[in-house]
Amino acid sequence: MLRWILGGREAQGTVEKSAALFIGEEQPKNCFTEMQVLKGHFDIVRFLVQIDDLRFASAGDDGLVLIWNVETGDCLIELRGHTQQITAMISYTFIRGGNAHTALITASSDRTLSLWDPDSGNRVQNISDLQSPVKCLLVLVCLDVWLSGGNELCVWNRDFELQCKTVHHSDAGISAMVELPKNFIAAAMDKEIVIFKLNLSGSDIAVMAMRHLADHQDTIHSLIHINDGLFASGSHIGELIIWDSVDWTIQAYEHILWEEPARDGQSEFKLNHQKQIERSIQHMSSDGEYIVAAIGSGLYVYNVLMKSVVAYRRIAHDSNVLHTVLQQDGRLMSCSEDGSVRMWELQDLPLPAEPASSGFFGMFGTFGRSSKQTGPPAKKIPEVPGLRSLELIGDLIGHSGAVQVRFKEKGLVTCSTDHLLIIWKDGEFQSQLRSLAVFQKLEENQEL
Amino acid sequence: MIGSPDVVAFTKEDDFGDSFSDPCSLPEEFSVPLFAHAANANPWTKTSYAKFSKDFILVSEFSEQVGPQPLLTIPNDPKVCGTFDLNYFSLRIMSVDYQASFVGHPPGSNYPKLNFVEDSKVVLGDSKEGAFAYVHHLTLYDLEARGFVRPFCMAYISADERKIMHQFQELSSEFSKASEFLKSGNRKAFANELEKKLKDLEYTRSVLHKETELQKKNNGCYSTQAIEKANELANVEKSIYEHKDLLKQITSYPSRKKKDVGFVQRETEKLADTSVLDDTLNSNHSDIADKTVLTESDSRKSSYTPQLIKAKSAKCFDKRLKTMEELCDANFFHQTLKQLNITEKSFRGDLCFIYTSQIDRALLGKQRVTSFLFEAEREWENEGTSKNFNISSNNPTVPILNLSGELLSLESYTTCIDIDHIKPGVESMEGPPESSLSDITQETSEAADTETKGSFSSDKSIEAFGGVSPSSLQANYFDGLERKSKVSIASPSESASSYVAVPQRMTDGNLVPMDAACCIGQDGFIFEEPLPELAQECCGDTVVNQEPLSLLQGDPALQVDYILEESALAESPNMGLTFSELNTGVLSEEVAKINIEYVSDSTSFMSTSTSSDRAVSPFTYSSALTLKQKKKAGHSSLRFIRQYPFAQQAIFCLLSGRTLVILGVDEGTVRKLVNALFFFVPNLGKYGETVQPWLSSPFQLTDLQRWKLIGLQRAASPAGSSILHSLNRYSRYISILDSDSKTLRCPPYKGTLISHLADHRTQIKRGSTYFLHVQGMLTQLTAKAFLYTFCHHIHLPMDINDQGSVTSRRTNFLLQLGYTVEESKIVQYLSELIKQHYIQGSSMGGNQSFCFNYTTSYLYKI
Repeated sequence: MLRWILGGREAQGTVEKSAALFIGEEQPKNCFTEMQVLKGHFDIVRFLVQIDDLRFASAGDDGLVLIWNVETGDCLIELRGHTQQITAMISYTFIRGGNAHTALITASSDRTLSLWDPDSGNRVQNISDLQSPVKCLLVLVCLDVWLSGGNELCVWNRDFELQCKTVHHSDAGISAMVELPKNFIAAAMDKEIVIFKLNLSGSDIAVMAMRHLADHQDTIHSLIHINDGLFASGSHIGELIIWDSVDWTIQAYEHILWEEPARDGQSEFKLNHQKQIERSIQHMSSDGEYIVAAIGSGLYVYNVLMKSVVAYRRIAHDSNVLHTVLQQDGRLMSCSEDGSVRMWELQDLPLPAEPASSGFFGMFGTFGRSSKQTGPPAKKIPEVPGLRSLELIGDLIGHSGAVQVRFKEKGLVTCSTDHLLIIWKDGEFQSQLRSLAVFQKLEENQEL
Repeated sequence: MIGSPDVVAFTKEDDFGDSFSDPCSLPEEFSVPLFAHAANANPWTKTSYAKFSKDFILVSEFSEQVGPQPLLTIPNDPKVCGTFDLNYFSLRIMSVDYQASFVGHPPGSNYPKLNFVEDSKVVLGDSKEGAFAYVHHLTLYDLEARGFVRPFCMAYISADERKIMHQFQELSSEFSKASEFLKSGNRKAFANELEKKLKDLEYTRSVLHKETELQKKNNGCYSTQAIEKANELANVEKSIYEHKDLLKQITSYPSRKKKDVGFVQRETEKLADTSVLDDTLNSNHSDIADKTVLTESDSRKSSYTPQLIKAKSAKCFDKRLKTMEELCDANFFHQTLKQLNITEKSFRGDLCFIYTSQIDRALLGKQRVTSFLFEAEREWENEGTSKNFNISSNNPTVPILNLSGELLSLESYTTCIDIDHIKPGVESMEGPPESSLSDITQETSEAADTETKGSFSSDKSIEAFGGVSPSSLQANYFDGLERKSKVSIASPSESASSYVAVPQRMTDGNLVPMDAACCIGQDGFIFEEPLPELAQECCGDTVVNQEPLSLLQGDPALQVDYILEESALAESPNMGLTFSELNTGVLSEEVAKINIEYVSDSTSFMSTSTSSDRAVSPFTYSSALTLKQKKKAGHSSLRFIRQYPFAQQAIFCLLSGRTLVILGVDEGTVRKLVNALFFFVPNLGKYGETVQPWLSSPFQLTDLQRWKLIGLQRAASPAGSSILHSLNRYSRYISILDSDSKTLRCPPYKGTLISHLADHRTQIKRGSTYFLHVQGMLTQLTAKAFLYTFCHHIHLPMDINDQGSVTSRRTNFLLQLGYTVEESKIVQYLSELIKQHYIQGSSMGGNQSFCFNYTTSYLYKI
């Protein structure tokens, strides 16, 4: 116990972990020096949705939806109504009377769908007795309709009227949906991606399945929109496929297979043990050019345009990475089951030849991919030109359970299995804001 | 009647407008007057010839049966008075005739009139006895007494006449409060008494009426018995009428105006508005109190059975006069006693001491922006009230206005009284914010008052009400002139200039005991004025025209300070301090004595922890942390500094806002360490909310937000390992002082500031001295933090995209102040606290965000 008290920082974890992951307490690039812990939920918090610049909503297994002020950390409204855990939440902005209103749509295991007004806290619409619980929601702004995905795909209009629905699918149901151009929808159902088409004839909308893309070998965990022309899917065994949004052809196929490097025997067993779960693509995020995939406890950055891997880190966290965020400035964040949020920066390697021998590169596994598909041939990493390194620049420790993160201008909000939400703020920036507030108040009171 | 020489004169220099003052010199308000005989006199000799050991309060009555008699002393300890002749002194103080209490049939009125007489306040000296007294006269109403009045007086008796003179304002304020309790209770009791009497009379009348009818029937209309009965009946009816009138008068007693912010300004408008009445009242004050009063009066009403009143009342000397407690409702009487006890305590000690604490308070009062950081939290408004009396009320003060024409029902009257009773501290007119302005207002309103009442009293009023008309001032003033020459008068007004030139402040050394020959009386003392003509006037007159203004009043230069008042705080500009708050230090120490014992945890603070005994430390959560506790902690702190070489680092952590966890097996040791360090915690909170002296459950992230100093149990159990786990996990946010292995893990500190603060080779021996040393240095830090916070050029961006330069300007500013990078963190942390406090007001609670730094920690060992 208490190894740090004896002064031994290196005593933490295995040598491998400490070298790769331990950043220490000195984090000059980490600007989040202020935190605010928000208590209010009684169970795991799973969803965070931004409502506007000031507010965001959180929801989780306790069936509660709480609306918070991101600046003050005050809980503004509690939305109560669901009797079971919330399975999906999305914000829905529509124009009414010339003004944009933002509402929240929530789906719960109690087989209800609700529309909430975050200003008043009213449950504006409610639909119960659904045939199956809804697992995902998607708003189509251009059509002013929204879709719910469960065992079947339903299309709803603004007034919560069911427009149409598909027939019953497999028990797996729809786990994720992505909007494609020309009123097409891609939905992930177990190992398949199904392309649906919304047919508009007058005011009626019909939905029909157009194609089944069955290229994944295992369950699809992640389906994201990259840009107007591309979308990506990731499966349980580490297959990352980039699809063309229009003709649904495969643009790139990566089978990410972390291979452990040649190592001495003592760590072999452990790594072999980890290997099976490590490859699953839990989450992906994209800024249109890059994709960040959370694969096992590692991170993988892929350049869509170049169709090449940019950087990766096989072990980025102590346990599975659940969520990733790609920021504008080439930084990314990853959240893991171990309760930490880590911030990474893409850095150019000092010399292309050196990395292989550098300290952390020694840890890198060799990189392989399945060669049966089209795409760049499998190569060892050091040979990939333009490979950059993913440097840990800071971590946020606060939660004691799995974390999800939402990034906002006014701060970073994380939610966790420990029932807490934390707002992380840039302390320096907050200090300046407070100074401004002080002088504003002085001016108001005419004490200046 | 005792002549004027017994009445000590107050004089003052003329206020010659703005005289030049050296800007560098300490404001006069903060100078403690030097001892008058600085040359060779022993300052302690004075008390030697007094026959009592220390100051005390004497309450006396001028009984219509036995003459002046002492009723009680405070403290109620015969040792205090020693051989001092209370009877004799009662005679002296009561014989400063106080004729303001005219009750009877004034010319042009057929019925007895009650006068709502103002108290008179005089200073009386008896150099033979070595006793000097502030004497506060008041009258209470008693239906059975001659002229319905009973004169009483309360005196503060001290051997030090300078103390009396200098503290006149404060004494007056405190005694006025006590007097207010008595009078409020008395009015209530008197009204009740009148009601009973009226019932008796009405019952008597009905009986008499029946008897008269019977007589008439039996003996004819003109029989002697019938005529007698008719006369008797007529008398009873007259009596009923008179009593009704009295009741009307007493119930129409205008509720005193309440002092609140802006009242002075709004007064005139409000006076016109007669409808500010009970509605607001009833809704605003505590229902419980209301109910109790009502039920009380209800039960009284129902239980009372009228009695037949005999035509001839008992002889004056046959009847037993009511005691003071009976005269005033028992409740009020006990409050008065409490108030007097507080007064006595608060004026204990040397004049210099009182001054120093006054100045201290005055200065602190101006630091509201920063004082929350290291000073003991004071509730400037409510301290006097809520602390002194069990009933505390946070309701906003309600100005109760009732013009004399308007009658209140008895119910609402009692309600009003009850409000007074709840908010006893607020009615005092002493210490108005802007002395000159409000003094005038006061004067005019009191003049108007006396006029409407037809009273001859021109004493200083503390009960100001009624329509204000400046023209009434003069007439009334001359009306009262005669009395002014006999009775000491406190009326700081422009009109006084025609009388005797009155200096605004007493100058040191002017007040000297005079030889008896100088004055007409045998033992008095006056001001020796340097200006000849003034001196002449003084000698010739020896009348107090003006009570000394509080030392802390009236210097405009002083008021240019940084009181950045928020609306909530603005209630008490408090330039002239009311005395109750001046002495809370003394007071709270007393309270602390009582409260130091173990008090069970309050759930609000202990929601997450299951901590056990907290006997060792001062953190009892129910009582405020006092200065005394802090001073005591100074001792442990000194020991800590001598014992632990890394004390500076630990203190640095606390000052820079990094939570310090003191880990240990033994609760006593941990609590001792917490005790040694707690006063370094900025924004400690009134009850030490930011310190958790003993926590036995694993601490959570939210605890970091709440506590800055935590004593944590190290246990061998599984729970213990989870504690260590959480410590490990959050190690970047905390510093850990392991009391078992005597190690400290924290960020490094290299600087000189804290080495001055915590020098292990310090020569300071006493804990309280050390505490004061620390306090001094922390004040210095606070001042820097204040400067840093409010220097706007370093915080405001030059243009929109200027965030970077703000940061560098800030850093440079701190470097220019002479702080190292680490010390800058302290100032920055304090500054953030100041900002938050300023933006959010004193209610810093709620969900605070928690700031930290990413810095490497090192392990320090002994």
